[in-house]
Amino acid sequence: MTAQPRFEEIVENFELFDDWEDRYRYVIELGREMQPLDDALKIPAHKVEGCASQVWLVPSVTEGEDGVARLDFRGDSDAMIVRGLIAVLHALYSGLPLREAANVDALGELSRLGLEAHLSAQRSNGLKAMVQRIGDLTRAAA
Amino acid sequence: MYDVGRVREDFPILSRKVNGVDLVYLDNGASAQKPQAVIDAVTRAYSEEYANVHRGLHYLSNLATENYEAVRGKIARFLGAAEDEIIFTTGSTMGLNLVSYGWAEPRIEPGDEIVLSVMEHHANIVPWHFLRERHGAVLRWVETDPDGGLDPQAVIDAFGPRTKIVAVTHMSNVLGTVVDVATICQAARERGIVSVIDGSQAAVHMPVNMAEIGCDFYAITGHKLYGPSASGALYARRERQAEMRPFLGGGDMIREVTRDHVSYADGPMKFEAGTPGIVQQIGLGAAIDYLTGLGMENVAAHERILRDYARQRLGGLNWLDLQGRSAGKGAIFSFTMRGGAHPHDISTVVDRKGVAVRAGHHCAQPLMAHLGVTATCRASFALYNTTDEVDRLVDALELCHELFG
Repeated sequence: MTAQPRFEEIVENFELFDDWEDRYRYVIELGREMQPLDDALKIPAHKVEGCASQVWLVPSVTEGEDGVARLDFRGDSDAMIVRGLIAVLHALYSGLPLREAANVDALGELSRLGLEAHLSAQRSNGLKAMVQRIGDLTRAAA
Repeated sequence: MYDVGRVREDFPILSRKVNGVDLVYLDNGASAQKPQAVIDAVTRAYSEEYANVHRGLHYLSNLATENYEAVRGKIARFLGAAEDEIIFTTGSTMGLNLVSYGWAEPRIEPGDEIVLSVMEHHANIVPWHFLRERHGAVLRWVETDPDGGLDPQAVIDAFGPRTKIVAVTHMSNVLGTVVDVATICQAARERGIVSVIDGSQAAVHMPVNMAEIGCDFYAITGHKLYGPSASGALYARRERQAEMRPFLGGGDMIREVTRDHVSYADGPMKFEAGTPGIVQQIGLGAAIDYLTGLGMENVAAHERILRDYARQRLGGLNWLDLQGRSAGKGAIFSFTMRGGAHPHDISTVVDRKGVAVRAGHHCAQPLMAHLGVTATCRASFALYNTTDEVDRLVDALELCHELFG
C-alpha cells in the first residue's frame, strides 16, 4: 500500500515514548487536534455500534484529477482516548484510493504503534468496530 | 476486631498484579472476588462429591443432594426466612423475572400500576416493562432526591387504587443509596400491594432480615455475594409462593406427568425445573458460611470506614462530580470528571494503574437520564478493600485529571 506520511509520522513519534503515560498523552493530543464533528452529523446512521462510548464516522469519497476515487472520513467520540484513535485511523486511511483502503490491515498497522496491547485489543473501546465500519463503507463505495 | 489484612489473604486473586502493579479491585458492584473457601467447596464438590441431585438413590447422589439442599437452609438463615421460602435461582435477574412471570402476569389487568424508583437496575425494570408491553400495566416512577436518596414517603405517595406491585432496590448499584424498604413494605402490605425488593447489593453489604423488612419477594445474586456466577436465590413469602405459577417446566418440578395431565411439586421445587446449578449453589453456601463467620455487622462496619474515607478523599477532588450523597449510603461511588474526560477514558487510565472500576450506564439508564449523564465511573467497595486502596484510586484519578484536564 501507499505509505501514509501522516501515519508514518505518528508511528515515529510513538517510538520516542518509553512509557504508557506519554503514549496516552500523545493519543489524547491527537484527538484534541482533530476538528470536532458538527452535532448535526451525529445522527444514528453515522453511529458505530459496538463501542462502549459514542462514536460517529462520516465517510466521503472524492475523485481527484487523476480520476481515482479516494476515501476520506470525519469522526468523533465523546471519549477522548477514542477520539485519538479515530485521529490515528484517519491518518492511516484518508486519501487512499478506495481499492487500497479496502485492503488495509488496520489492526496490524496499529500494532506498530506499540500502544499497550489492551488499548488496541480491548473490545469495548470499539477499535475493531470502527475498522469494520471503515471497511464496510469503503467496499460499499468501491 | 476485623482484620482486613487477614481477610485479604482469604482471596487469592487479590495478590495478583495487573499491568505490573498490585491489583486494586473496585468493581465489586459488578461481581465480587471469591474466597478460598468458595473455590475449595467448588473443587471438592466436583472432585469428590458430584452427582445429579434429587434423582438417584446411590451414595453420591444422596451426598450431592444433601450438600445442595443444605444451602437452602444457609440462605434461609442468612435472610431470616424459612427454608421453603427460598427458591434457587441463577441470580436476581432470574428471581425478578420469575416474580414478574410467575406471580404478576396472571394478575395484571390493563391500567394496573407498578411503582418503581428511578434508580432501579434494568433487572428490576425490564420484567415490569414486559407487563406494560403485553398487558397494559402502567409503570409509575418515583424520583430520587438531589442527594440520590429515596424518600419512602415519596414511594408511598405514588401508591394509588390501581397499584398492584411496588418494586424497589434495597441498595442502589450506582449511588449506594440504602432504601428504607421496611417502611415501604409495611405501607404496601396495608394496601394489599405486593412488594418486590432487589437485594442484589444490600445483602452483600449489611445484615438483612425478611421478617424485619416484611417484603413479599427479595432477590439476591450469588456472584455479588462472593459466590459462584449463576448462583442465587429468591425469597418468596409462603402466601405469595402458593399463588405463583411455575415458569420453567421440566424435570424435578412435577409430582406426576401423564399423557393428558400434569401436577406440580410443592414450592420451592415447583420453580426449579431441570438440573440446577448444583455446584454453583454449593459454592454460594460456602460463601454464606464465610460471611457468617466474619459477621455481616463487622463487614458493614468495615465498609462504613471505607465509605467515610472514600467520601472524604473523593470529595476533596474539586474537579470530580460525585453522584449520591445520601446519609447512610453504602460504599459505592459514582462520579464524572469535569472537563470532557469520558468515564471510559477514566477507567482505561486507572486500569493502567491497576485499579479496576466500572464505566458505563451500570444497567440503570433511567437513573443516568435522571442524573443528566450518559455514563459514570463507579468505584464499588467490598469487605476486602482498604483505605490504602482508596488512596490508590485517588492517585490514579489525579493522573486522569492531569492527562485529560
